[in-house]
Amino acid sequence: MPSNVIMPQMGESIFEGTITKWLKKVGDPVKRDEPLFEISTDKVDSEIPAPASGFLSEIRVNEGETAQINTIVGVISEATAPLSRESAKAETAPTTRLQAPQPLRQAAIEPARSGLQAPSTVPRTVRSSPLVKRIAREEDVDLAQLQGTGLGGRITKKDILSHLSGRLNTGAPSGLHTEAAERSATAVEVVPMSAMRKSIAEHMMASRRTSAHVTTVFEVDLTRIVNIKTQHAQEYLRQEGHKLSYMPFFIKTVAGALKEFPVVNASVSGTDIVYRKEINIGVAVALDWGLIVPVVKHADEKSFLGIAKTASSLAERARQKKLVPEDVQGGTFTITNPGVFGSLFGTPIINQPQVAILCIGAITKRPIVINDAIAIRSMAYLTLTFDHRLIDGAVADPFMSSLKNKLEQWDEPLF
Amino acid sequence: MAAVTYLEAIRQGIWEEMERDPTVFVLGEDVGRYGGAFKVTEGMIERFGEDRVVDTPISESAIVGAAIGAALMGMRPIAEMQFADFISCAFDQITNFAAKCRYRWNAGVPLVIRGPSGGGVHGGPYHSQNPEMYYVHTPGLKVVAPSTVYDAKGLIKAAIRDEDPVVYFEHKFLYRRLKETLPEGDWTVPIGKADVKRAGSDISVITYGAMVHLALEAAAALANEGIDLEVVDLRTLVPLDKERILDSVKKTSKAILLHEDVRTGGMAGELAALIVEEAFEYLDGPIMRITAPDTPVPYSPPLEEFFLPKTSDIIRVARRLAAY
Repeated sequence: MPSNVIMPQMGESIFEGTITKWLKKVGDPVKRDEPLFEISTDKVDSEIPAPASGFLSEIRVNEGETAQINTIVGVISEATAPLSRESAKAETAPTTRLQAPQPLRQAAIEPARSGLQAPSTVPRTVRSSPLVKRIAREEDVDLAQLQGTGLGGRITKKDILSHLSGRLNTGAPSGLHTEAAERSATAVEVVPMSAMRKSIAEHMMASRRTSAHVTTVFEVDLTRIVNIKTQHAQEYLRQEGHKLSYMPFFIKTVAGALKEFPVVNASVSGTDIVYRKEINIGVAVALDWGLIVPVVKHADEKSFLGIAKTASSLAERARQKKLVPEDVQGGTFTITNPGVFGSLFGTPIINQPQVAILCIGAITKRPIVINDAIAIRSMAYLTLTFDHRLIDGAVADPFMSSLKNKLEQWDEPLF
Repeated sequence: MAAVTYLEAIRQGIWEEMERDPTVFVLGEDVGRYGGAFKVTEGMIERFGEDRVVDTPISESAIVGAAIGAALMGMRPIAEMQFADFISCAFDQITNFAAKCRYRWNAGVPLVIRGPSGGGVHGGPYHSQNPEMYYVHTPGLKVVAPSTVYDAKGLIKAAIRDEDPVVYFEHKFLYRRLKETLPEGDWTVPIGKADVKRAGSDISVITYGAMVHLALEAAAALANEGIDLEVVDLRTLVPLDKERILDSVKKTSKAILLHEDVRTGGMAGELAALIVEEAFEYLDGPIMRITAPDTPVPYSPPLEEFFLPKTSDIIRVARRLAAY
């Protein structure tokens, strides 16, 4: 009996995924649980294992296409010959263990496409409202390009306004099909954003609109930590099998400082302040194809070694697209480390719904005056961008002072 | 100053106007010695005497007819209908005489007709109705329906001072359930001005009378879900404050029209037409009506409970509209 391969739900509030790559071709033999295709969603990129053994008899959603969750994206059959469309359609109940929980919004789920239909040739009826149509007319927006979040995928006022504010803020020309753009069509290459790129773009603009960003800069003497790290680097690599980095030092000290200043670990909900009991620190990991922020959970309860191992494993899995949704959820504070690329200091955008983000600049040797003598010390600029709706400078700066103290007077065993 | 009830606020308003202006007088069934069926005119006969607090026979047509005559002769009568349900007995006097004097002879009829209206008090089909639309439909009348203690006092005073006939619907469910401390001094609430009782960004709930309080309850409940209701209290049904209504809908792009009166020919239909005509291109969802069904007001308490719009109805419809 053929098994349908469906688009899994990779986390709550995720309703679609883009197939970035099929790892098998039609006709290839497939073993149950072996990676079958790669998807990219709002939150994570993952490999999806095959739900059954057999032959991949049909691919219904091609690479680069986006499908609602629970859509049948392919069929695995016991025989090599591609199934007829009728028999594939008759198979309505997906029997795979990958079947996602009942979707939250039944109305948003399109019926699965039948196999050979080319989706782009079917004109999609755009559902909107008088208001949305007027805005689209006035602002020259092609509604077919928008993804609706209303009932049955309707484009809502919110959808078009957030589309417009994105356009305004990026300074992009308002009509993509202007004469000038057409004339210079050969001078440019237009590539659609990946799902991850779109998601990052939306989240960054949403954060800019939400929080009152203020950034404070501290200079920290990391000589002591640089020495400790250098001293233990080889022993650590031998014992733990991965390289010792500076990040766990920062995670550990930030967790301590967050305990002293719980409001920096909080979030805003309407006019309420939500204090989070857990300290879960997200660490921005740069990928060749974007950026992801896996989370070190309960950082305040972990030893240095526990933090180092968790952070290293998360970063590794992020690069291999092996993160699961839980790995990127529940963060209460974020650290970003552009110092590895040589940045002296940055003014990052807060990762919503958090209220602060720490940015670590490059660690460089600088001449520093200590007791009226010039010394060579390993220095770094740390910046904290905080949400002034909730946090005043009188909290943010003592938080940074405490962090600076903890780093300069590091006194914890690594093992 | 101590907090006063909605009923006491109406009484204070009439009392103050009678003190201020000797042409103001009240007439109606049992308004004198008995102090009115609901005690709105209690104590007035002792203070102002039988000439200015007139007990009448049980004839609404006669009450309103006499009041129109007095008004044309320079008085400012306040005619009480014991229950708004019985105002229909005076329909001809109100719609054919009071409403048309200004148009025919430019003669103002500074008359106030008070009617205790509305359900929720197990009064059955003859003591619970909301007859406002008969008068909203008649050009030449002003119609007000206050929802709060403050508005009740401010609007009765404004109605008494108005040069044209005003039908004043006071909601009997609110009589002793609302209490508010009122400012001192002589003030009124202008006729023809709606009031935003709660500002919000997602959906406008446009309503009046006792339903305002249900809308506010629903708004408080939905705030936890991130649905931000704006509650617009019309206060005056004629003349309608179109500007305030349209401003609100243009801001939120969605509207729920809520009233206790039955559905067909109700205020909600009129408001829906206004919004569609003048703010169509601001709408981001269907206009929703929440009203009583098209039946008489039932006497049976469970049926009356079913008949009247409830907070849960508003919450349900608002959730649907928010997701639309």
